[in-house]
Amino acid sequence: MQRAAKSLAPAATRSRSEAIAFVIMLAVLIVTPLFTYPVFLMKALCFALFACAFNLLVGYVGLLSFGHALFFGWAGYACAHLAKVGTISLPYPAFMPGLSWQWLVIQLPSLFQHPEFAILGATLFAAALGLIVGALAIRRQGIYFSMITLALAQMMYFFAVQAPFTHGEDGIQAVPRGKLFGLFDLAEQRNMYITVLLIFLGCFLLIYRIINSPFGEVLKAIRENEARAISLGYKTDRYKLLAFVLSATFAGIAGATKALVFQLASLTDVDWPMSGEVILMTLVGGLGTLFGPVAGAFFIDALENYLSQFGQWVLVVQGVIFVACVLLFRRGFVGEIARLLRVKL
Amino acid sequence: MKGIIGVAVLATLLMGASAQAQTNIKIGVMSDMSSLYSDIGGPGSVAAAKLAIADFTANHKDVKVDLVSADHQNKPDVGSSIVNQWFDVDNVDLIVDVPNSGVALAVSEIARQKNKVFIVSGAAASDLTGPKCNANTIHWTYDTWMLANGTGKALVKTGGDTWFFLTADYAFGHALERDTAAAVEASGGKVLGKVRHPLNTNDFSSFLLQAQSSKAKIIGLANAGGDTINSIKQGAEFGITKGGQKFAGLLVFASDVVALGLPTAQGLTLTETWYWDANDANRTWTKRWQGERPGKFPTMVQAGVYSGVTHYLKAAAALKSASDGKATVAKMKEMPTDDPLFGKGTIRADGRKIHDAYLYEVKTPAESKHPGDIYTLRATIPAAEAFRPLKEGGCPLVSG
Amino acid sequence: MFEIFGIPSQALFGQLLIGLINGSFYALLSLGLAVIFGMLNIINFTHGAQYMLGAFAAFFLLQYAGLGYWWSLVLAPVLVGIAGIIIERLFLQWLYKLDHLYGLLLTFGLALIIEGTFRNFFGSSGLPYSVPSELTGGQNLGFMFLPNYRAWVVLFSLAVCLGTWFIIERTKLGSYLRAATENPALVRAFGINVPRMITLTYGFGVALAALAGVMAAPIYNVSPQMGSNLIIVVFAVVVIGGMGSIMGAIVTGFGLGLIEGLTKVFFPEASNTVIFIIMAIVLLIRPAGLFGRRA
Repeated sequence: MQRAAKSLAPAATRSRSEAIAFVIMLAVLIVTPLFTYPVFLMKALCFALFACAFNLLVGYVGLLSFGHALFFGWAGYACAHLAKVGTISLPYPAFMPGLSWQWLVIQLPSLFQHPEFAILGATLFAAALGLIVGALAIRRQGIYFSMITLALAQMMYFFAVQAPFTHGEDGIQAVPRGKLFGLFDLAEQRNMYITVLLIFLGCFLLIYRIINSPFGEVLKAIRENEARAISLGYKTDRYKLLAFVLSATFAGIAGATKALVFQLASLTDVDWPMSGEVILMTLVGGLGTLFGPVAGAFFIDALENYLSQFGQWVLVVQGVIFVACVLLFRRGFVGEIARLLRVKL
Repeated sequence: MKGIIGVAVLATLLMGASAQAQTNIKIGVMSDMSSLYSDIGGPGSVAAAKLAIADFTANHKDVKVDLVSADHQNKPDVGSSIVNQWFDVDNVDLIVDVPNSGVALAVSEIARQKNKVFIVSGAAASDLTGPKCNANTIHWTYDTWMLANGTGKALVKTGGDTWFFLTADYAFGHALERDTAAAVEASGGKVLGKVRHPLNTNDFSSFLLQAQSSKAKIIGLANAGGDTINSIKQGAEFGITKGGQKFAGLLVFASDVVALGLPTAQGLTLTETWYWDANDANRTWTKRWQGERPGKFPTMVQAGVYSGVTHYLKAAAALKSASDGKATVAKMKEMPTDDPLFGKGTIRADGRKIHDAYLYEVKTPAESKHPGDIYTLRATIPAAEAFRPLKEGGCPLVSG
Repeated sequence: MFEIFGIPSQALFGQLLIGLINGSFYALLSLGLAVIFGMLNIINFTHGAQYMLGAFAAFFLLQYAGLGYWWSLVLAPVLVGIAGIIIERLFLQWLYKLDHLYGLLLTFGLALIIEGTFRNFFGSSGLPYSVPSELTGGQNLGFMFLPNYRAWVVLFSLAVCLGTWFIIERTKLGSYLRAATENPALVRAFGINVPRMITLTYGFGVALAALAGVMAAPIYNVSPQMGSNLIIVVFAVVVIGGMGSIMGAIVTGFGLGLIEGLTKVFFPEASNTVIFIIMAIVLLIRPAGLFGRRA
């Protein structure tokens, strides 16, 4: 994939620009809820995290996954289910007359219905899914990798349509937000916003740490030239798998948080247009930049919000943005700004 | 768009408004403006709401009504974030339409939490007046129980006593199939078999083959939208109707019939609660509606929006305020309904609006005398029988 | 009359025949995609939208020019093919030097634009289009009633598929094309206008999609989203068949139709997942697809 803007500035300036950008972002996120509708901001933060997770895979490892909605949406279902119903349902195929799925339901203690456990449970679930899907998909490169992720995501989508606990088209509704750690009532918008913000910042910093670490350097090496990395002795498959699982996990955290924000989990989040949307956000923001996905997510969410009045043109506008980005702004907003200012973002 | 509507309505009202004791109301039409249900609800619902507001404020100068609209794109989270914003920030009092049961259930819950009013015209889930009912939601126009019973019972009575179901394999399809099968069997008919197809199937030939070999007199289509259209179109190709079998559309709208064209859809039986060409009052209203939507014909969902908004405005004006959702809904249930489109009716304790339902059969091309002339009336189901009995719904608001 | 797994043999043969018919449809659709990817290394996500354009073109030709099905079979692919050529000249040609995933993203965006625009103007219920009068009715084959139109679909698709394969694999023009894909610089040195070949090939692939659209119009609902419902399945077919292989796409298309037909009988709820399961399995065992050349 197109490599990120190469910086010509010395090392100190590079991380200084990132630090400045981080402070700006933090300030913006603290101030805006005072005059913008907080639910919109929370939605944008969840998508920003999703886009950052996706960017970890595509921008830094060079693997374009077409099925990331799988982790996002299914973590949402898991979180909503845990928070509302508090059981784990395991499917197994049974040969009653005709092949069908049966469910083994394990009731969890009500402790697990607290939001922090719901999110945690959903995250573990997403990580497990990431491991399975990654193990299958990593074995191929390029377009075949993308197609496998798409195929697996579509299969899970159809499964979501039919599985009883997802309630199909209706989705899981009226999910209680609960009390965080038993103390903070998340039904209060302010508390919920602070929680979402902290989750986002925590994960963002984690991703930053992952990218700027020896592990991250190997990932970038794999992106640039996998054969050479192998010849240097790195077991690239393991690195790719780990990156995939990490990406899936963060996407899962984003999905789980979003389920609590909106108090519902629906089919939209597992469908392939959602995978397309996260690609769009990352592309618009800037592949392989740190802040690109965040900017992209906010931009696309704001655009959709604005366009919902003119509902009919949403698809067309999204398409135009795709085309424009691929032809003209391949580096995305943040990427272009980074290149102009000659800094690393 | 919302700016222009707001200004236009404001201008009209300012011309005759009295300065004191003004009731301010804001209405939001949320529908699917761009995909599957855009012809069933969509911009046509907005047009219907506009007419309702214009008609009402013409006689009530002390009421000022603003209208906004949005597209929920069939996504519950888009719908719920718009609704949250409308309620919290934009002071919207009433949400109306919302085709798509998933979104409707989400909106119903939010309306309850924020004590606003929600009138569902587009969605079908009978749960909205069943286990998921609440004191802030009213279900207008139709629901799955009415469709299942209307079509099922009426067809068995007219001789269609053996059925085969073609069901979309998801909750809605299953519910529709289950309700209709119950109605058929209760009226003395028999269900010979069924087959479940995945949602958004393109090709029905293999399922139709199974339906043909069952030799059932009626093939019940427990699916909606593109699936129904494809089933019928391909059914015509495979000579289903020529072989003596008939299709019963369990969720078919006038716009679907127009999309199919009469040559393909002829003979299809379905139940609706409003048809533009049924009487003069409907025709007159349709002409006014077509001023905004030229070339199209209104569906029962859009007529339901008009009717619902009209009744809401009456109740809110009587209370002189729209701020208390529960009180307004209680008032709506107290007042009998009366409007040019649905005539006289009532709203029950569980939020279900009651009116007659009609069994229609699609005309043959030869019988159709003008564009939009698509239905022949086969039977009228009186209001008392058309909807699920109050006690059977499982709605917590209904005592006993 | 005997029974196989509880299904009477008559019904089974009927379902297999239907599966074959559907397979011919998949084959025709994937053919265009395989041509474009095989020859040009472009992943044409717009394929579904171009298929839809073909169906709509047939509708317009009937509605506004009074030209029936047989005219549309020829005209619609030409018209949509020209539109495809315009797309290639305007957008795609800038992306050849880049990773081919950019081509995918671009064509995905174009698909959104086309579908969105049509939805705005035509709603989503669909438009009526009927089977041409020469092909209405059908034959009673004993085990099933076979509509004449479906028989026509199989035969015509087969003819087009084999014809295309023949042109590309067995004629001189086809060999120029294949050479131009493998080593454009060298072929250009021989004096062959490579960019023009590429443009025309893209147009041809698009025309094939539109042809499939015209064939679909009488039997499937003509609506703006008819393409997006199919596109993923078609991709799966091409990937299974081998992304560079024409014969692979054809064989897989037919094969998939048959397998789907069987699934619809024995386990109908899974009939739209079976393709993806097969694709995942094939990609893991034979990454280049069943007939593919590149790994």
